[in-house]
Amino acid sequence: MDKTPPSPTVIEARDLKTHFQARSSLIGALAGRQPRAIRALDGVDLAIRRNEIYGLVGESGSGKSTLGMSLVRMYEPTGGEVHYNGENITHVHGKALKDYRRAAQIIFQDPYSSLNPRLTIGQIIEEPLKIHRIGDAAERQRRVEKALELVRIPAEENLHRYPSDLSGGQRQRVAIARALVLEPQFIVADEPVSMLDVSIQASVLEILDDLSRDLGLAVLYISHDIATVGYICSHVAVMYLGQIVEEGTAEDILTAPQHPYTQRLMAAIPSIVPDENRERVELKGDVPSPLDIPPGCRFSSRCPYATELCTTVEPQLVPTAEAHRVRCHLYDAEAVATHPSLEPPTSQAA
Amino acid sequence: MRLVMKDSFVAMGVAILLFFIVIATFATVLAPYGPYEVMMTEAGRLDRLARPSFEHPLGTTAYGNDVLSQFIHGSRVALIVGLVAAVAVGFVSTVFGVVAGYFGGLVDDVLMRITDVALSIPTLPFAIVAVSLLGPSVQNIILVISILFWRNGARIIRSAVLTERERIYVKWARAAGASHFHVILHHILPNIVRVIFLWITMSVAFAILAEASLSFLGLGDPTVISWGQMLNTAFSSGSLRTAWWWVVPPCIALTLLVSSLYLIGRGFEEQTNPRLRRY
Repeated sequence: MDKTPPSPTVIEARDLKTHFQARSSLIGALAGRQPRAIRALDGVDLAIRRNEIYGLVGESGSGKSTLGMSLVRMYEPTGGEVHYNGENITHVHGKALKDYRRAAQIIFQDPYSSLNPRLTIGQIIEEPLKIHRIGDAAERQRRVEKALELVRIPAEENLHRYPSDLSGGQRQRVAIARALVLEPQFIVADEPVSMLDVSIQASVLEILDDLSRDLGLAVLYISHDIATVGYICSHVAVMYLGQIVEEGTAEDILTAPQHPYTQRLMAAIPSIVPDENRERVELKGDVPSPLDIPPGCRFSSRCPYATELCTTVEPQLVPTAEAHRVRCHLYDAEAVATHPSLEPPTSQAA
Repeated sequence: MRLVMKDSFVAMGVAILLFFIVIATFATVLAPYGPYEVMMTEAGRLDRLARPSFEHPLGTTAYGNDVLSQFIHGSRVALIVGLVAAVAVGFVSTVFGVVAGYFGGLVDDVLMRITDVALSIPTLPFAIVAVSLLGPSVQNIILVISILFWRNGARIIRSAVLTERERIYVKWARAAGASHFHVILHHILPNIVRVIFLWITMSVAFAILAEASLSFLGLGDPTVISWGQMLNTAFSSGSLRTAWWWVVPPCIALTLLVSSLYLIGRGFEEQTNPRLRRY
């Protein structure tokens, strides 16, 4: 299974930052106060290769959707760079941006409102071709049918149906077909199965998995459910408050999570072993507001191992093994050496 | 067209509208007398307020005019003022509403402040002053009505656009590289067409009533008769409650015309909205 040499990188984020301007209040504006920045995405490094499904996990508000939207340039990043096939597309506009939009597609969470109810399935999937003026009517028809075939929806009987005639799973597959029809190289799947019935989640995930392999796609799979990530992803990154806190192969993250936050996420997955006695771990409090990020480690306010060092000095992503990086002082040899109070937690296997 | 015929409501609406269009088109042929032709009795006196008879199927007015002839000629003004003004109102409202709602931000602020200013204009005083300055004619009445009624429509359509703009397929279309024009044409307009149509239908009624009000105040086009004018002469001559043959025809006609447009609008919505389609 191991692919050597590694396939080429399709999309790469370097120290990517997307900050939003909070709306200033009237009084604040009169007082000449600067509107505060919401640091939704604060320095993310990430690279996705061909044939690879890269999982991105995190709580609501951790910035995972912002990262997806920034990578497909729905948001223009405020700092850092995005490279597509080695080309810097961070601030491209006009025609270059349109070309990039053809190569990078996004699938949204809600299959019920992502399809225009007034268009037929055929028209919906044809639309991107029309936007980019590809082919004549016959050529477009052929491509639409091919895209439907890829997501295992019989074209014949569904081309002229409306989204309201389809189930949630079918709709999401239509949304995937719509993304595929332009033959993109990179797809952001923003929680594509979280609104679907558990029984059909697996089949949609399976389609994504097959497609990335057959078409050589790079996929960023965003999810708040760390359990589904294991099914299809080869690499996983865990986000917290706009930063990646742990990154590695899916196997490493799922079986040997190192960052205290990842360990807590893993512990939250229900176990199917009936008599297994697991320590109940809960996270205290909520995610701090991205308007008001705590100094030092962003997780320190909720971390059970937090020390004084954690609340003052911001940890860096440090490699702990090959292709495994953690943003935590506990794993930083230098920090541990100078601060004996740091006690590495034992990894909890799930 | 096949779809139109399948829906009995739409068929009825179309039939009523066609009926009035035919009447208005062939008014000069269909009407037995001129609208202001004065009827005399055999005794040589003015034939005032005659009940419906063979000679005058809808009787005569207090001024000795044939009601049927006035009614037939009046359909012209109703259709022209009603439809032309409503289409103009619908167009201006749509452009304002869509541009303000879709683009938002500064564009929205500027357009909506203009609308606010327009909304603060008192309807009837403005209409009176404007028509008396411009001179009473059908064109000027249409112009004044258009100026007065686009403002509410712009607000209503803007609010519809605001909800449509947030749909995920709009977001998706932008991500797929669609231009603003493409998004408006393919995703926004088709989904707000029902609102626009409803507003146009309502504007027809507003326009006809506004024309009637202006006629009542002596600012109607003096050279042409309208249904509004018929009602107002009936009112001013004090026979509104006695001469039913004079009052009922324009009332029924106004109601039918407005409802026919409503029926067409409703059927249109049912045909184009797959969620409402009946099999």
